[in-house]
Amino acid sequence: MTGERTITVNPEDVKKEILAKYPPKVARKRGKQITPVSSDEKESLQVGANVRTVPGIITQRGCCYAGCKGVIMGPTRDIINLTHGPIGCGFYSWLTRRNQTRPPSDDAENYMTYCFSTDMQDEDIVFGGEKKLKAAIQEAYDIFKPKAISIFSTCPVGLIGDDVHAVAREMKAKLGINIFGFSCEGYKGVSQSAGHHIANNTIFTHVVGLNDTISDAKYKINLLGEYNIGGDAFIIDDLLEKCGISVVSTFSGNSTIDQFANCHTADLNAVMCHRSINYVADMLEIKYGIPWIKISFLGPKSTAQSLRKIAAYFEDQELIDTVEKVIAEEMVPVEAKIKEIKPRCEGKTAMMFVGGSRAHHYQELFWDLGMKVLSAGYEFAHRDDYEGRQVIPDIKIDADSRNIEELEIEPDETRYNPRKTEGQMKALEEKGFQFKAYEGMIPDMAKGSLIVDDISHHETETLIEMYKPDIFCAGIKEKYAVQKHGIPMKQLHSYDSGGPYAVFKGAINFYEEIDRMLNANIWHYLEAPWQKAPELSGKYAAE
Amino acid sequence: MLLRHTPKEIKERKALAVNPAKTCQPIGAMYAGLGIHGCLPHSHGSQGCCAYHRSTLTRHYREPIMAATSSFTEGASVFGGQANLLQALLTIFTTYNPDMVAVHTTCLSETIGDDVNQIVKKAYKDGTIPEGKYVVHAATPSYVGSHVTGFSNMVKSIAVQMAEKTGKSNGRVNIVPGFVEPSDMAEIKRIAAMLGVNPILFPDTSGVVNGPLTGKFEMYPKGGTPISDLKSAGDSMASIGLGAWASAEPVKALDAQCKIPCQVQDLPIGLLATDRFVDALRTVAGVSVPDCVTQERGQLLDVISDMQPHLYGKKVALAGDPDQLIPLTEFLVTIGMKPVHIVTGTPGKAFTKRIKEITARFGDQINVQNPGDMFLLHQWIKNEPVDLLICNTYGKYMARDEDIPFVRHGFPILDRIGHAYFPTVGYKGGLHLLEKILGVLMDRKDRDASEETFELVE
Repeated sequence: MTGERTITVNPEDVKKEILAKYPPKVARKRGKQITPVSSDEKESLQVGANVRTVPGIITQRGCCYAGCKGVIMGPTRDIINLTHGPIGCGFYSWLTRRNQTRPPSDDAENYMTYCFSTDMQDEDIVFGGEKKLKAAIQEAYDIFKPKAISIFSTCPVGLIGDDVHAVAREMKAKLGINIFGFSCEGYKGVSQSAGHHIANNTIFTHVVGLNDTISDAKYKINLLGEYNIGGDAFIIDDLLEKCGISVVSTFSGNSTIDQFANCHTADLNAVMCHRSINYVADMLEIKYGIPWIKISFLGPKSTAQSLRKIAAYFEDQELIDTVEKVIAEEMVPVEAKIKEIKPRCEGKTAMMFVGGSRAHHYQELFWDLGMKVLSAGYEFAHRDDYEGRQVIPDIKIDADSRNIEELEIEPDETRYNPRKTEGQMKALEEKGFQFKAYEGMIPDMAKGSLIVDDISHHETETLIEMYKPDIFCAGIKEKYAVQKHGIPMKQLHSYDSGGPYAVFKGAINFYEEIDRMLNANIWHYLEAPWQKAPELSGKYAAE
Repeated sequence: MLLRHTPKEIKERKALAVNPAKTCQPIGAMYAGLGIHGCLPHSHGSQGCCAYHRSTLTRHYREPIMAATSSFTEGASVFGGQANLLQALLTIFTTYNPDMVAVHTTCLSETIGDDVNQIVKKAYKDGTIPEGKYVVHAATPSYVGSHVTGFSNMVKSIAVQMAEKTGKSNGRVNIVPGFVEPSDMAEIKRIAAMLGVNPILFPDTSGVVNGPLTGKFEMYPKGGTPISDLKSAGDSMASIGLGAWASAEPVKALDAQCKIPCQVQDLPIGLLATDRFVDALRTVAGVSVPDCVTQERGQLLDVISDMQPHLYGKKVALAGDPDQLIPLTEFLVTIGMKPVHIVTGTPGKAFTKRIKEITARFGDQINVQNPGDMFLLHQWIKNEPVDLLICNTYGKYMARDEDIPFVRHGFPILDRIGHAYFPTVGYKGGLHLLEKILGVLMDRKDRDASEETFELVE
């Protein structure tokens, strides 16, 4: 198939078809989270988000614990992450997220290959689990002598009233190492997003600012919201290093708590995944005076823009020149690869339903190949990730979001140090530079497309039936249901077994992957010869 | 080293589990529910439970694993999950139209004490569950037992809540196959068919979690025990439960409820356990064993004898579930190997006793721990190295660090295929296991051979 494929399906019809199969109340609720993009006039569009999932609907979403332990703290290697609860939660979050890590030496700490749990039994539920938690921390300390231990609360812990924070304080005083707890019980909030928030707040409170050593690197940034799936953070680091930019701390791909402790010494925060971490960027600005910008290293165009933005922030001609040189150099193989692959992908269509930012940022890589995005949505984003940050003051606080703590942050008495004066920031802004700006997914959605927040299995099926996409992107739970239709499914959480896909080099990997998936022979063999031509032309055996 | 912090020195742990050799009850219950035709498993708890179980089962089978959740929030955790479960059942029957929903609980709903039985009764009464549809439910608290316990609890609930006794024998034998692969369930049916027995096998995930690629997604694939068979299970001549941990309770419950004589056999892994299964089945069904079965037995025996030089005296470390480990250990002993370190995370006192009996010829040199974890297993291996490691995918980290030939067996297997298609039960399954074991042992021998000792013919 070649040539631009226009979207011929009316998104309003798709929405109607989807809602028809729900009980009336469910249909009303889901209707608010399904937004057709019917015209090019998109300013008034709203997408209901970060609201409860209807029970029974077959959602993609996970829980608060998964967001806290699995996503945010999972990639941090030099800390013992101890799950306080029955065995399952620790087991399922053991090595299942593909965040790679690179300890500096063969004997440097790396606990990411281990699963630590208090393995609560019924007597712990009945009589309380604090005693066992304390004993488990002591045993972990005796065997491993770690520099830090964190405790993750699972559902029953909150219900039976175990005070993990008191235990953490007591054991911290006793053992003299950093020990802190997360109140990330699975039932909190409405999705993983609550867990991201609890994890980040806790790290901000217990770790950030513990090490004031300032490195002598010239351009120091933090990368926020990059989780090193398939090695993304490695090649981002390489690219930045090539430009002369050094990363103090990445939250949290390939990370260590030592780096978190030192992150307040950076001069700029670059935010990749807006959803999981924009509030940390805000807190770092208020407390330490570090401005933040939204960037994206997914797609060559966004990568180039992001590098230019970082260089413009530092206002140093030498850096600006280096960045231009690096971009020019890196774009050569990217353009060659697009030229090679585009003819085989052009005009094909994609859908993507993941996370809190990837369903937006990955669209660019498909556009590069001449493909169209028919429908997209996030699994656990908030309205600002669709509609842009200007909507934040209008977002209603509900019973679920009220339960997730917002930290009150004040400027640090001694360490608050605005990296730019108000005048400098204003001057930059007048030149078109945007601090803490994110317009969300909506402006990039084409007329005729459909936005679906927290998509369900039934909705996925209806979209596939009506839009007939050429490729579908989501997570592991959706993968094989989609592929049974004969449509290739790319995991954008864990990248299947692929990656890295970030920056220029990763874009090349991604184009190759999409080419492979779209043009794989296997999809042509779904029918056996006798299914294609069932008429009989001969007779076997005599009658 | 990937497990660089694991010391050789073993310190006793009472509170800290490291690298578990088990997971929690609800995933076993979800897997059991998938083995009923037209059934949608439902997790009564936080969304994360359902997401984690679906993800793990999906990675293990590379197949769609459909299941729903009650999506507890903080409010539901305080006020109880009745409204969530009723809403869930309404949504499920309206939108997904299953014939049955198999509800299992979680540590959350168990801790707050939701009365699922009462909620389901209410749902039947008020019509949330449509006429002719079924909801079965099992209590599967995550803080008791393991994934095997959850499987057993769900199978027992299905049996007790679905079986009907009309008093007229159906002439069939119930077989509860235990927490095994779909390939194993299919093989058990094949063996029964060779004997001329038409069993009611439940659950039966063959055809559900190893389905074909057709270009069409089937929410409820062709496989699975038909609901009519579940009902009829109350009229069978006898029940055989395979694996005491997974299947004893279900067959005993059927005996208590419908007076169906039952017996519990080991999973038919390896020569002797398969002998016992075939013998038990022919006895309760009153049939004679056809030559084709004896032929398969002889083939397995033949290969074992052919390959003795490569097997005899080789030390093996194992982790897994009791029902698998008992006959697997027996098989390893049968073929001349020496299982030296064995852990399971699933509790149950009989385990250590059985393993000690099976390995009695080795005296007290065998390390067995129940419940134990893979961290301990790794420490044992550091103290007494082995020639072969058999466990689930997580073993690959130990195998790499210690450079041990590794055969994946058990749950979950996240990085290889085959388990859904090639059984390890029955005589054929024994051959398959042997092929895998010999494959890694002989590859290792070839890898380590000097040029002059490297040989074409082995």
